[in-house]
Amino acid sequence: MDWTALGVSLRLGVATLIVLLPIGLWLGHLLATRSFPGKALIEALITVPLVLPPTVLGFYLLVTFGARSPLGQAFASIAGHALPFSFAGLLLASAIANLPFVVQPIQRAFEAIPSGVRDAAACCGLSPWQRFFQIDLPLAWPGVLTAAMLAFAHTLGEFGVVLMVGGNLPGETRTLSIAIYDRMQAFDDRGAGVMAATLLVVAVGTLMLTTTLAGRTTRRG
Amino acid sequence: MVQSFQVQVLRWCAVVALVALASVSPAGVQKPPVVAAAASMNAALTAIAAQFEQARGRHVDLVFGASGALTRQIRDGAPFEVFLAADDTFPQQLTGAGLTRDAGVVYAIGRLALFAPTGSPLTVDAGLAGLASLVRDGRVTRFAIANPEVAPYGQAAEAVLRRHGLWDAMRPRIVLGDSVAQAAQFATTGNAVGGLVAWSVAVAPAMAGRGTSVVIPASDHPPIRHRMVLLKRAGAAAAEFYAYLQTPAARAILKSSGFEVPE
Repeated sequence: MDWTALGVSLRLGVATLIVLLPIGLWLGHLLATRSFPGKALIEALITVPLVLPPTVLGFYLLVTFGARSPLGQAFASIAGHALPFSFAGLLLASAIANLPFVVQPIQRAFEAIPSGVRDAAACCGLSPWQRFFQIDLPLAWPGVLTAAMLAFAHTLGEFGVVLMVGGNLPGETRTLSIAIYDRMQAFDDRGAGVMAATLLVVAVGTLMLTTTLAGRTTRRG
Repeated sequence: MVQSFQVQVLRWCAVVALVALASVSPAGVQKPPVVAAAASMNAALTAIAAQFEQARGRHVDLVFGASGALTRQIRDGAPFEVFLAADDTFPQQLTGAGLTRDAGVVYAIGRLALFAPTGSPLTVDAGLAGLASLVRDGRVTRFAIANPEVAPYGQAAEAVLRRHGLWDAMRPRIVLGDSVAQAAQFATTGNAVGGLVAWSVAVAPAMAGRGTSVVIPASDHPPIRHRMVLLKRAGAAAAEFYAYLQTPAARAILKSSGFEVPE
């Protein structure tokens, strides 16, 4: 069992949530409450990671931020290392790949709130921040929770893009899913089996927790 | 009013995202050097690294893959410090691109092996007579080799099959592994009658009991010259490991792991 790899996977999952939840709340709220020119394009761009293979994302990340591109060289001279083959690079890839998993449930949850509720709150003199935290967020909570859990579980399962831009570095970019592949290549079926079972248990546990928590908050609401 | 609210949320999100990104930057801890090596080196290099750690008290992290894939990663900025390829040309590309300290050294000569998993109708022989008869009878379900574009052992396997006049007939039946390790994986588990893999993979301890294999005469394919290079970013620990790989102790492990060692 590669505990370091499990640690990398969990850290990546949490970091992805820290980055994506604020973005998801903002984008979800924006798309649910307002209409503006170009909205269809924005929604398509958010959803596109769902249908594209991870190789496309990996390709663009390497071409854009690889050591041979001007942008990659600029990043390397500031950060001291290339963006691909680093944890920060994985985080960027993971954030892009998980964007639809976070935005869509949150957007649907905000959309389900009748606009009359918001108008009433505005009439009562609540500021936009107060409306967001006291009206919108509590009502949309099950959707936000689903988004967080989905993104977290999906990050643990991320493989293709990590294989392409990660470089399999222990403690940095060797996630549990990569470690399983690595052990298979070394004919260590036992090691691969233990880690595969771990990932399965964590994933099922996360999804069960989501359903339970979401169900409970819905009933209470 | 709503407009300004959206702008405020955007600012708030940007701050949180920046803080999060900054917090995951490496804190400058001394990390062991990462050594990238051809998949055929898995068993041998793991043993050498363990012995190096025992003898010198220094740890190196190992990453395995196809030589071509690792070359691509190094060119894209992967932070490896030593690169052990399974051929000459990939390290030479890196030297040409100015990414290595020098032209490096040939540390091993690889050999190819014909492997048949337990229960396969394929009988293994150095002249590939058993494989040729299976091809004639149309009994080859799948046959595994490494991808010749990125794996030197794949190139050698293609050369051997062409030399025996089997390439064209077998082409539709051939499955390509990303590396020679994956080719061996396919040969043992993937409904294949067998495969041409690195001798070092066929004799690896983890492969014991999975099938039979025979080494292919070296004259049947271009020599598989394993070259290693010290990359520009290499530190003292990486340089020490690079030197250790050329000591008699390391060469003895290479010899017992299915490689020939140049004088």
